[in-house]
Order: sequence, then C-alpha cells, then structure tokens
Amino acid sequence: MSTERAASAESTSPLVSVRDLRTWFELRQWGFLRVGSVRAVDGVSFDLGRGESVAFVGESGCGKSSLARTLLGLHRPTGGEVSFDGYRVQDLAGRDLQWYRASVGYVQQDPYGALPPFMDVRRILAEPLVVHGVTDRAERERRIRRALEEVRLGPGDAILDQFPHMLSGGQQQRVVIARALVLEPAMIIADEPVSMLDASVRVEILNLLRRIQSERSLTLAFITHDLSTVRHYADRIFVMYAGRIVEQAQVDELLEHPQHPYTQALLAAIADVDAANARRVRDVPAGEPPSLLHPPPGCRFHPRCPHAMAGTCDVRDPGMFEPRRDHLSACWLHER
Amino acid sequence: MRRWLEGLRELRRYPSAIGGLALIVFLIAVSVYTVIAIPYSQALELWRGGEAWRMHPVNAGPVWVDRLLGGDKPDTTVVRSEDAETRSAAFDGGRQVRIPLSFDYPHDDFPSEINLFLETRDTEREAFVRLRWQTPDGDIIPLGGRRVAREDRISISQNQTLEGRLGMPPHVGLFARSTDAGQPVPDNGRYRLIIDAILFGEDASLEADLVVYGRVHGIAGTDHQRRDLMVALLWGTPVALAFGLLAAVGTTVTTLVIAATGVWFGGLVDATIQRLTEVNIILPVLPVLVMVGTLYSTNIWLMLGVVIALGIFSAGIKMYRAMLLPIRQAPYIEAARAYGAGNARIILRYMIPRILPVLIPTFVTLIPTYVFLEASLAVLGLGDPVLPTWGKVLNDAQTQSALYNGFYYWVIAPALLLMLTGLGFAMFGFALDRVFNPRLRTQ
Repeated sequence: MSTERAASAESTSPLVSVRDLRTWFELRQWGFLRVGSVRAVDGVSFDLGRGESVAFVGESGCGKSSLARTLLGLHRPTGGEVSFDGYRVQDLAGRDLQWYRASVGYVQQDPYGALPPFMDVRRILAEPLVVHGVTDRAERERRIRRALEEVRLGPGDAILDQFPHMLSGGQQQRVVIARALVLEPAMIIADEPVSMLDASVRVEILNLLRRIQSERSLTLAFITHDLSTVRHYADRIFVMYAGRIVEQAQVDELLEHPQHPYTQALLAAIADVDAANARRVRDVPAGEPPSLLHPPPGCRFHPRCPHAMAGTCDVRDPGMFEPRRDHLSACWLHER
Repeated sequence: MRRWLEGLRELRRYPSAIGGLALIVFLIAVSVYTVIAIPYSQALELWRGGEAWRMHPVNAGPVWVDRLLGGDKPDTTVVRSEDAETRSAAFDGGRQVRIPLSFDYPHDDFPSEINLFLETRDTEREAFVRLRWQTPDGDIIPLGGRRVAREDRISISQNQTLEGRLGMPPHVGLFARSTDAGQPVPDNGRYRLIIDAILFGEDASLEADLVVYGRVHGIAGTDHQRRDLMVALLWGTPVALAFGLLAAVGTTVTTLVIAATGVWFGGLVDATIQRLTEVNIILPVLPVLVMVGTLYSTNIWLMLGVVIALGIFSAGIKMYRAMLLPIRQAPYIEAARAYGAGNARIILRYMIPRILPVLIPTFVTLIPTYVFLEASLAVLGLGDPVLPTWGKVLNDAQTQSALYNGFYYWVIAPALLLMLTGLGFAMFGFALDRVFNPRLRTQ
C-alpha cells in the first residue's frame, strides 16, 4: 500500500505541507465552561521536502513540541491543515491513518521514559511491527536486527534481551531511534533528541541521525532549543516564537545573516568557547516569553523587541517578508 | 519473564515467603487430593447426610485428640452376622436361626449408643427376634423380643423398659460392672449379643449388624447428623481456595481494566467511572449479600458473582487510578500512539503491566479476605445449602451450641483451617510486597 502511494505522488512535490496550522488547547472550568485557549501553535505554514533535514528552534514554551505532536497526529489541529505525500492528515482514518503512522517516526527527548520499562529490547522493537500486522516472527526478527544494525547497536542477541534500565542513556536513545526506524518511515520527527543525554554522546547520536537521514534519504525534523548544534545537522532552520514561525532560511544563510530581532538575540546568547565569556554579561532580550493564553496584539515579540515601532508592531500582525533571497522573516522592519 | 524469575529467586531470602508458600502448597495439595478422592457429586451426596452415616456416632471427637490427652475413649465397633457362627434349624414353613455377635470391649469409657440393624430376605411374614446380652462375667440380660420389618433398626440404647430395669441408660448399664456402686465403670472383656430369630419362609435369611457407637471418630470427629467432619474440612479447602481466588481475580482484573480505561479515555468516561465508584463504595457489601441470600438463593457461585459484581467499582479503582494517572503521561505511551497502537493495546499492554508488579502482593493478600467473606456468609446461615464448606461446619457448630456442649473440635478445626489460609496468603503476600514493591526494599 505504501509503495502504491509513493509511486502516485510526484517526487518533486514536498513531502509535508503545512498551511496555517493552529493547535489550541482549550481551558475549561468545571469541565464544560470554556475560559480560553492556549495557542500553542498559531498559524504556522511551511513545506518539508523529501530527504530534507530541518530544525525547529525556539525557547521552551514556544510551541515547537506541540507542533511536533500535531504533525505526528497526537494532537488534533484546531485549524489549518497538514498534508503528507498529498494526503490531508486530518482526513485519514483506519488503514490510511495506520499507513501515515508507519510513515512518520518519532524520537523523543527522554530516552528512558520513551521505552516501556517492563519490555525487553526485542519486544520494544517488535511492538510497532505487531501493531502494523507483521505477524511472521522471523520477518519481525529480521527487521529488528536490521534496525539495530542501523543504529550501531549489536550485533543482536545480547542487547535484544536487555531491559531499558540495563542500557546507558546513549544506548537507550539508539533503541528509541531503532524503534522509529523499524517501520521504515519516510520522515522522522526528533523532539530534542539529545537534550537529556550526556554531552559526550550527543554528537554521536546527532551524527547517527544525520547519517541515517542521508542513507535512507529521510525527511528529518529536529526540534531543538540549541542553535549551536543545528548547523551541522540541518539544512534549513525555522525559528519559532510564541506559537509562530518568525524566520526561516537555509542554515548558513540564517546563522550568518539573522534578520528577525528575536533570532539575532538568540544567536547573541550562544556562548562561544572563549575564556573571556566567563566575565562578560551579554545582552539578552529582556522579559519573558509571552503568555500563549493571552498573546500580545500585533507582533508577539514587540514587548521584548529593541526595535519595536509604536503604532505598528503593537497593532498589526506582521506577515512574512523576504528581506533576502529565500530568507523569510516575520518582522515589520523588513516590509518593503 | 526473567524479571519474574529473579523476583521469585529473591523470595527465597524471606522465611515468611517460604512459610507462606508451604502453607499455600499444603492447602492446594489437600484440595487436589480431595477433589480426586471424594468426587464432587459424592461429596454433595455425603453431606446431605442420612443413611450413609448410620454407623457413625453422633458428636464424636477426634480420636487423636483423646489419645494425645491420654484418654481411652471407645471408637465404634461394628459386628456383622456374616462373621458370626450362625446356627440354623429348619421347621415346617420356616427356619430358626441363632446368631451370636461377639466383640471385645477394652475401653475405659462407655459407648455412646447401641443399635442393631436387621435385614431379612425372602420372608413370607415378618420375622421375630429375641435378643439376649451376655456380659464377660457370663451374666445373661434379656433384651426382649419383637417383630422386625424387612429392614429394621433396633435401638437398644433407646429401650425404655430396659433402661428402667437397669436403672441407667442401656449403653451404660449393659457395660457397667455389676458389683460397683456409685459411678459406673465399664467391664472389659468379651461381650456377646445373641439373636434368636424365627424366619418364615423356606429360603429366608437374616443379616444383623450390631453397632456399638464410640465416643471418638476419625481425624476430625463427627457432627450432630453423624457426618464425618473430615468431608467438610477436606471439601472446604478447594471450595474456599476457588472462591477466594476467583473472587480476587474477578474483582482485581475488572477493577484494573476499568480504572485503566477511565484514566486512558479521561473526560466523561473517567467521571462516570468515578461517580459509580463513589456510589458503590458506600454500598455495604455484607448486607447486600445477606439480602441476595435471603431473597434469592444462597448458591455459592451466585454469591461469587454478586461479590465480583460489587467488587468491580470498588475502592481499588481509586488506588489504581492514582497509580495509572502518571503512567498515562509517560513518553512511551505517547510513542506507542505515534506508531499507531490502539486504545485496547495501550490499556492492556502498556498501562496495566506497568503497575502489575506492585499489585501482585495486594492480590495475594486479597484472596483470604474473600475466603473469610464466604465463611462469614456461611456462619450467618447464608452458606451454600448443599456444599460442604468450613463456614457451614462453623454454622452447624454454632446452631448446635458446640462450645457450650464442649465439642471444641467442631469449632477449632474449621477455624484453624481458615486461619492457616489467611496466614499462608498473608505471609506470602507480604514477602512478595517486599520483593516487588520498590519502596519497601530493604537494600
């Protein structure tokens, strides 16, 4: 079924197409009175190409994890749409929905929490196959071993009988990645895949993901708050702020020429390995990220923005402008 | 699987686990033996009482208790005419038969009762018998004569005229040393009951069984209906274990699944389950069971059904819910949803197994509470009317004022078995708790 679909879609069209996606969480009192909505994702649009590696960057609470979960179909979008391989994800049901779930792999932040503690590695990796109707034991075993090899765990037998608590953090995350791979997905969404790992194994895991991505020509969507590592592992960056994408461009372009004041502030906050930094106080954007329950009118960054223009930024929502070629920024400064 | 094996291996370190397990294994062994040795239908038949027990004494204590206390109370002696030297002489239209039934009596207490069971065959008219009692000294005491039906019982110990003649109940008087005054003492030696019968018919025959009932019987003694208590004590074991286990499994499984379902779906489903639970918690279980038993039926399996039905929305739901709520948020469940695991799979394969190790000890200690519940119902007179159970024995003992009459064995045996059951499961359960419940681990 999946080969049929893959053949039907043109290979040049984007794999994922997101239009004006909104994921709001309703707050209710006494179980039925609506008292407001947390706008975790509020009007996000982007395309992801096949075999492309992108990063979503932003501070905690900016809605990047909610975006990931919406893409995975774990949250129902409040509005807008997600298309995958030409199919509207919201409309999928039954076997089509299972196909979509098999096509999108998920790598979580906390590798230990992401693995059921009462299952051994074999069972953990077999579960997705069982759910997707791979009933043949030998076939399952073959695919499990292939996935393990791909994440450089093994050879097989010893690790297959281990329980998650017997593995190191890096090994756990490799099992999580292997689980995302056993169904041979077209896209992997990795939500802060290394933030809970030791610094020493971070690079290994990131390299592993990058290698698997290029070998399988997967679409890889990284969610991260760490701009410093993004450069080596992503082709394109989306900077998110308060539920919106405020800037997007190729990695080098964005890092060299940040346009949006928020991106500029983020980049300024990255500490270089430099002894002088120890004694330097940096300029960071003052204030807190805005409340997603009552976002500020106009540009959501304006209360913290050093360039805020009264009468414009606090009134009207900026659209997407293109200050440089293939470089989009949602800031009134770039209005032409 | 390996984790369970490791847990079991660790159990060996706890003496209470070994002791508890030994008790449980003993009870299971007794159950298996009972079910094989006394088939269900036969057990029901026996417990119904009646003719099957006619040769058993009433309210006899266990032999071993008496012997242990240095007593020498008589057990039951049965003398059959088949083994006796019968002499018979034919006459016109019938036969004259003499059957001497002899037996040795070495005990230092009197028997509790004497009955003679007679069965005549191929007679044209009712036979006539005349009885004489011969003591070891050679004295002959005539016991009178009477006509006998085809199957008849002559209750020698109920013979009023004889009692009047002897000045004491016949089963005492016939054995008492003749010279002694005051407290009668039994005379040891060979006694003989001589039956002279006149049978009418060419081929007529007579069979006679003399039963000198003892004051002790078997391992467990007998009750007021002459039933051997062993039947009930043995059969009570599988019944108690089955009831306890089925009730514990039934309530735990349903409660767990319902709690997990509520937690997983949340919202209205959860709220409904919670409200039902809160209503159910305040329903008193025992009175409801008494009501069902009084108005409907006291069948034990119906009671089991009611117990499970009342147990579904029990307080356990609140406990399981509290344990499951954080698990619902676990990343591995989110991952399972992401690869398409369905609701049933998530509830049964991802949520419940997570708390199962912690529940095993609770489950084990839950079993005896249901065993006790069944016994309580039986003591209240709501036990299964046909099934022999420990509770039924206690109930009989209570209605017959066993303790007032000094029949302690009647109460102690079933109570001890109940206590052993509780002790075994509790000891094993507490040890399991230490192994599987991480908070209680000592090292």
